[in-house]
Amino acid sequence: MGQSFLDNSLWRNVYCFLAGDSTDCATRNYSDGVLPAGMEWLAFLIAAVVVIALVINGVLGGVIVLIWGERRLFGRFQSRTGPNRWGPWGTLTSVADAIKTMFKEDVVPADADRILFNLAPVLIAAPALLVFAVIPFGIGTYVADLNVGILFVMAVTSLTTLSVLTAAWSSANRIAILSALRSVALLISYEIPMALALVGVIMLAGSMSLGGIIEAQSVPFIIVQPLAIFVFFLAAMAEMARAPFDLTEAESELAAGYLNDYASMKFGLFFLAEFMAELSTSAIVTTLFLGGWKGWEPIPSHFWFAAKLVLVLFVIIWFRMTLPRLRVDQVLKLAWKGLFELTMINIIVTAVLIAIWPEPTTSRLWIMAAINWPVAIISIWAVSKLLGTTQYENPVPDPSSPVYPVATSAIPASAVFSGDVVVGPTGMDGGD
Amino acid sequence: MIGLGLPRGFVVTLKNFIRPAVTEQYPDRRIGLFGAAKEAGMNPVRFLFSRPKESFKAFVGLATVPVAVKQSARFRGNEFVFFEDRCTACASCAKYCPLGIIEIVSVPGKIDAQEGESYKLEVFDIDIGRCMFCGLCVEACPYDALHMGTQFERSKYVRDSLVITKEELGAALKRPSSFYRPQFEEKTFDPFLEVIEDFHDAGRHERPSADELKRKWVDER
Repeated sequence: MGQSFLDNSLWRNVYCFLAGDSTDCATRNYSDGVLPAGMEWLAFLIAAVVVIALVINGVLGGVIVLIWGERRLFGRFQSRTGPNRWGPWGTLTSVADAIKTMFKEDVVPADADRILFNLAPVLIAAPALLVFAVIPFGIGTYVADLNVGILFVMAVTSLTTLSVLTAAWSSANRIAILSALRSVALLISYEIPMALALVGVIMLAGSMSLGGIIEAQSVPFIIVQPLAIFVFFLAAMAEMARAPFDLTEAESELAAGYLNDYASMKFGLFFLAEFMAELSTSAIVTTLFLGGWKGWEPIPSHFWFAAKLVLVLFVIIWFRMTLPRLRVDQVLKLAWKGLFELTMINIIVTAVLIAIWPEPTTSRLWIMAAINWPVAIISIWAVSKLLGTTQYENPVPDPSSPVYPVATSAIPASAVFSGDVVVGPTGMDGGD
Repeated sequence: MIGLGLPRGFVVTLKNFIRPAVTEQYPDRRIGLFGAAKEAGMNPVRFLFSRPKESFKAFVGLATVPVAVKQSARFRGNEFVFFEDRCTACASCAKYCPLGIIEIVSVPGKIDAQEGESYKLEVFDIDIGRCMFCGLCVEACPYDALHMGTQFERSKYVRDSLVITKEELGAALKRPSSFYRPQFEEKTFDPFLEVIEDFHDAGRHERPSADELKRKWVDER
């Protein structure tokens, strides 16, 4: 039993309760365990299952609460009350929703690839849960503290797009495929600024483990790295396909997108994965930029983590309620021409600052913040100037192609009546 | 300046977030534990201990209070108000109905010097199930006998029971909408609180006095 496992207080409590005889537990003042000596392997196994079950059930319960809270907040943002009928303040609404979803008929389209069609919901729900394995919810409360935590998070979150593509392809629906292609385009575009935005954080912290990054935040990185949080937040919103980047489920264009053919609990799993992604995104933002479980002493660390999580969730919902959906080309332009440059500026400035002060103390972090904020404001302003607003020229009708005039207002009415210009496709209308 | 529009939008949504909800809850309102205690006239802690069963129901969200309907007096519900005493069986409503769903059968009635010759209404059926509530029959009625109603909780289980007969119309509570009936707006009659009992009150004009009637129907002849 390595010492690293015993740093995890969740793990240690269960393991040492079962196998108290082991020397590692004895040094930490645990009394005799329940299991006899020599059964450490069983204690190891039970502790693993208990910790994993605790985290998974905690996340799912959090999602149930999140769905209710999000709908309540939507209501409040639109001056409505939101769901308030079932349970105190409507808290049981999402339970009723879950029961309804489970009892719906499970429909599989005739043309669907049945194996992939049934596999896709599982494929999307599993990676969304996996992210929570590395997130420290409080002091010593995590499943695993990987030394490549950020890489793990980046790798696992991009898996969801693969399952979106699987779902769309297997349901043999052209609208679903369009939605999946948009999802892939979003992933490819936004994975780059997302990863590059985190480079500054990694440089400052000198570690890729999420626990190490929290330890390094004597000043929250949202103050030290304004450009990184700006880019990371937008990229994360795009990665989980939420408004204003919810192109994959653009109702007015694609109905429900890749969810078109899904019903019952399969749809429920997609829905669940979407909210788990929201929860994990805000957990990652909390961990990397808001100082994670750090806070002032008498209040427990778990409370600080939860409070910051709720704050980030509120901002995400606020974004969704305020900003309208962007067009595909606008979204991709923002990623490649806007956010990419901003991350580059951030990396260069942070690298210079790190070269000056290799071991940043608290006061030096404040100085870095004082340098980074003007840089962030000026560069965001400059990039928005570069992107600018597109001025579309008035289309000029092409006289050599009379069938499809570009703008009917540019054509004199007399030309239409004399038959020189045919408006609309010939032979299709104008019958009666 | 570029970029100021975004924060402005965020402020707008935040203002909406802060201001109280505009939702009108119908048909009832969940009041919760505090509301139930207020309803019972005691403070929540005392309510919790004195009536644990009721307070649990209120906490789970089962305690409700009915909400009074707040509608304009001009609101058109899916019913009609009919004053048979004002009807002369002229069948204008049936003629104006675009769907032809008003059925009228009339027979010659008594001849009275005071009332003039009249027809008696045998059948007056409206098929509410096919009605689109355009209000043309109400506009056509020359004697203000037919009005749009204001009530709307009139769902039925059988299609046949949507055919409203003369007897049903007569027995129903008279809560006419002031649609195309300016006299109700002038009187500030509230159909959600009051009922018209006397058919004379539904008319466009004042009730004629006995002298006027005598002059009109006896002296001038």
